[in-house]
Amino acid sequence: MSDSPEISESTVTAAVEAALEAIAAAADSSALKQVRTEHTGEASPLAKLNGMLRSVAPEQKAPLGKLVGQARGRVNAAFAAREHEIVEVENARQLAAEAVDVTALASRYRAGARHPLTLLQDRVSEIFTGMGWEIAEGPEVESEWFNFDALNFDADHPARAMQDTFFIDPPESHLVLRTHTSPVQVRSLLDRELPVYVLAPGRVYRTDEFDATHLPVFMQFEGLAVDKGLTMAHLKGTLNHFVKSIFGDEAKIRLRPSYFPFTEPSAELDFWHPTFKHGPRWIEWGGCGMINPNVLRAAGIDPDEYSGFAFGMGIERGLMLRNDVQDMREMVEGDVRFSQQFGMVV
Amino acid sequence: MRVPLSWLAEYVDLAPGSTTEDVHAALVKVGLEEEDIHTFDVSGPVVVGEVLEFVEEPQSNGKTIRWCQVRVAPDGETAADGGPAVHGIVCGADNFFVGDKVVVTLPGAVLPGPFPIAARKTYGHVSDGMIASTRELGLGDEHDGILRLSTLGVDAEVGTDAIALLGLDDAAIEINVTPDRGYAFSIRGVAREYSHATGATFRDPATRPELVTPVGDGYPVAIDDVAPIRGRQGASVFATRVVRGVDATRPTPPWMVSRLKLAGIRSISLLVDITNYVMLELGQPIHGYDLDHLTGGIVVRRAIGGETLETLDGQKRKLDLEDLLITDGSGAIGLAGVMGGARTEMSDATTNVLIEAANFDPVSIARTARRHKLPSEASRRFERGVDPRIAVASAARVAELMVSLAGGTTDAVAGVVGEPAEPEAIRFPGGYVSALIGVDYTDDEIRGSLEEIGATVADADGGLLVTPPSWRPDLTDKSDLAEEVARIVGYDRIPSVLPVAPAGRGLTRSQRIRRTVADTLAAAGSTEILAFPFLGAEDNNLYGSPDSETVPAIKVANALDASAPYLRTTLLPGLIAAAKHNLSRGLTDLSLFEVGLVFTPEAGRSYGQAELPSGVALPTDEQLAELNDGIPPQPRHVGVLILGNAVPKQPGQPAVASGIADALAAVTQIGLATGAPIEVKQGSHKAMHPGRTAELWIGDRSIGFAGELLPQLALDSDLPRVVAVLELDLDALLESTDAAFTAGVIGTLPAATQDLSLVVSVDAPAAAVGAAVREGAGSLLEDIRLVDDYRGQGLADGTKSLTFALRFRAPDRTLTAAEATEAKLAGSALAAERFGAHIRD
Repeated sequence: MSDSPEISESTVTAAVEAALEAIAAAADSSALKQVRTEHTGEASPLAKLNGMLRSVAPEQKAPLGKLVGQARGRVNAAFAAREHEIVEVENARQLAAEAVDVTALASRYRAGARHPLTLLQDRVSEIFTGMGWEIAEGPEVESEWFNFDALNFDADHPARAMQDTFFIDPPESHLVLRTHTSPVQVRSLLDRELPVYVLAPGRVYRTDEFDATHLPVFMQFEGLAVDKGLTMAHLKGTLNHFVKSIFGDEAKIRLRPSYFPFTEPSAELDFWHPTFKHGPRWIEWGGCGMINPNVLRAAGIDPDEYSGFAFGMGIERGLMLRNDVQDMREMVEGDVRFSQQFGMVV
Repeated sequence: MRVPLSWLAEYVDLAPGSTTEDVHAALVKVGLEEEDIHTFDVSGPVVVGEVLEFVEEPQSNGKTIRWCQVRVAPDGETAADGGPAVHGIVCGADNFFVGDKVVVTLPGAVLPGPFPIAARKTYGHVSDGMIASTRELGLGDEHDGILRLSTLGVDAEVGTDAIALLGLDDAAIEINVTPDRGYAFSIRGVAREYSHATGATFRDPATRPELVTPVGDGYPVAIDDVAPIRGRQGASVFATRVVRGVDATRPTPPWMVSRLKLAGIRSISLLVDITNYVMLELGQPIHGYDLDHLTGGIVVRRAIGGETLETLDGQKRKLDLEDLLITDGSGAIGLAGVMGGARTEMSDATTNVLIEAANFDPVSIARTARRHKLPSEASRRFERGVDPRIAVASAARVAELMVSLAGGTTDAVAGVVGEPAEPEAIRFPGGYVSALIGVDYTDDEIRGSLEEIGATVADADGGLLVTPPSWRPDLTDKSDLAEEVARIVGYDRIPSVLPVAPAGRGLTRSQRIRRTVADTLAAAGSTEILAFPFLGAEDNNLYGSPDSETVPAIKVANALDASAPYLRTTLLPGLIAAAKHNLSRGLTDLSLFEVGLVFTPEAGRSYGQAELPSGVALPTDEQLAELNDGIPPQPRHVGVLILGNAVPKQPGQPAVASGIADALAAVTQIGLATGAPIEVKQGSHKAMHPGRTAELWIGDRSIGFAGELLPQLALDSDLPRVVAVLELDLDALLESTDAAFTAGVIGTLPAATQDLSLVVSVDAPAAAVGAAVREGAGSLLEDIRLVDDYRGQGLADGTKSLTFALRFRAPDRTLTAAEATEAKLAGSALAAERFGAHIRD
């Protein structure tokens, strides 16, 4: 113990100053850890001075204890401050080292896409379910009774030949690939309680050539409402609401007299929008009308008690008009780039 | 229907200066939709010229040209092109003489093509214009030489504007006539509609006083229909008229040629042209017979067995018992209302003509035209209904034109057999049309509209009794009359009122989940396609069944592509075709999917039915059940195809090739989207890799396959060797998972995790071993995951070591390590019992 220093102002100050100098000199957290061991560890001068307090005279204990305690407090505070500084610097250095080029990262994710036609079909369905309508469906291989007879297409009427029908072999089976979504009208009227407000989207088939504006397989949606007191004004109101929902508030519709066996009166539906590519104009988009009393009768509904309206439009044409698709063939060839330009949104 | 404006203007007052666009705009309001516009595309100066002289000049190429001096303006005047009154013109034709009047197109004129005319150097001369042929003018097909005006029976002063002279300044609108409005297949009908649209005065061409004809003993005609179709007589009216002493060789005047041409009908000969002209004008198909070739009286009857007829297109046709015929003492001389026979047709030698204007049953004509694939201008009109009251007037109109253009005289009386049926009156209750359309029409509007279309209107029981005009057989119900009122007053009067539907239930579960499946697959990197559902038998047989050689499929009777007449039983060929299409465009990393119907008839069953119930009333429950039973099954499938790299090479990221694991990942995604516990088991499918095929199960129902195509099959289809595919029956999946899910309690106490390595035979499916561990370990085991499959050193041949990471948790206490170990050993024990598994040392 001969080389042990006395507890004194000077020895304490020397130990503190040595510690503070070492703390300030520590460049990183491992150096600081080393300094901590050297200056506050069991073998450090301050620890030794602290140990000596046990053997000092009782009247000296209080002042010397205070002296050593304050010294240790200063050193510990310096450690904490320095440690904080070093952590900050080291964190910043690590973050800098972790920086990447966010435009050149490997992706394990592949971009997929819904088909814009099915997306548009979903969108149309939402507009009608939002009005309280339900979505109805039916088979694509359909009996001629549902596709024609129940819809007031007489077997010998030229309108039946006008439909360019795919017949199922043998023709005596009277099965066809449905030429429109209208058979779902009849099925809905037979299966559901009145009043009926349904939308029937789906695939339909015609023996059309495959070119930029015709597909032998395409998608339609058919609206049907049967209730007491429905009028052609309700048809117009429904269609106006629909085109505004899907094309924006500036869109509007116009009806032109036409003919369909299953509606009377019948109309062609034109709609107008200010932002069409070649200038605002009327564009034909489908047929509609008040349900022919014969169709209601075929479904067992009294046309003097109930009336209704129906409309049908092509989804492909809707996509062409809305999204400026030029060639219908792109919709069915399956080139992934066609769907991927839409992604999940149409 | 094409309507030359000059013709239309004869019977209705067109607004002054009306263009084709104006007329279209008026007609579209009443429901005659715009299709096209037709013009001759000739612009002047095109004038009448006179050939003064010509010199024939043989050329080195063997041709002889004529160097002509043609007077194109009166002496001393300037020609229409500003040039001299006599032009030098080179002409290649040799069918003309000095003194002939011809049509000269002067420099500045444009002929159809467009073919602009200019003075040009040719054969050593400056040819200052061109002498035109009929074809060059767009009037007809004649191109054997130039047009000599004398052949048209036309003479005019030199310098006269030939465009107006020949009717080349006329234009036609083309409108789409819907099947209910047969009467609009005539100038008469369109003029009437134009009057409805604009209020302009209409002059009915069928009621001109000149056409009123006394009816008397005409040519002998009998209607003898022993087999009416659907109870309707084949001919209701048969009117005849005789014209004698015509000169059939006279030319058809240019105004008629140009109108026929604009209406889409080629000029053939004067007599035939007149019959076509009257058909277009009045809507009544006309047939003309060479009277001297008829043998005795005419009988209208059905064909008898084995009968044949050579129609005037030169085809010898076998007749059907349903065909309605015009016959004379020699047999069949015409397919009624469709096409005449060759033997009695009018020719240049004809001097006496029998004109037929008849009214035939639409159904009978439609069936015959379809049966013989002979849609004609006549059959098109009869199918849609011809006004039965204009037969005599139409025959009179033909006679009038023949006498004035071909000479001769007409018999004073017309012959008529049959009586047109009176149109049935329709009760039109007061308030009905306003309630149906949603417009408060005044009584005057309702009555006025109906009278305007030609109906007779009487008051009856607080409503109206409406007798439709004879030319509107389509008006049979009060709803038809409602449309007439609405369209004559105008659809623009109808207000827009949004109806309130009763509260709906949103999408059905199936509709909702289907959409989630598509969204999930797309979000996971797959691109949706929509393939045509037509396949060849080979594709269906190969991909449509896992084991059997042939697959029952629905066949389309009139397929567009004869090599793909079947409806798909599987989505895979469509996905493969789309993949090839993308590969051909250089897109080599693909994930495609489709959600769509497939068509899966049962083997040995036939579908549909020979006799359908009537469409005019509700079928019985039995009939409806039979109809629905006759519809083949059409389940909705989902299919996925993946090839190329699942992850492409990128900085710090080597490429990851796709394979069966990606197909199984898609299965997991579909399971997530549907909430269905899809079980994956080793499987086999004849189109798929024998060692890389999973069969997908819900409970004990197999719902599809996932894996890789047979590599050779992929290569044969020009695809890469590894093509991962998946197809499952989405409907079956949804049917089997209908119950609402019951939520479990989420444990919050600490978990204990342990690993378990089991040595089993390489044949033991890892999922089954894991299931045994799960079952044996009991409810404390919260999660089990396969983390390693080791084979090789330290293990006996034919065995593998499966390492599972296990997580245990109790709901009510913190588990001790001993409890977790006990549960793990219990799991291991069951795996030992089932698979002979032992814990790896």
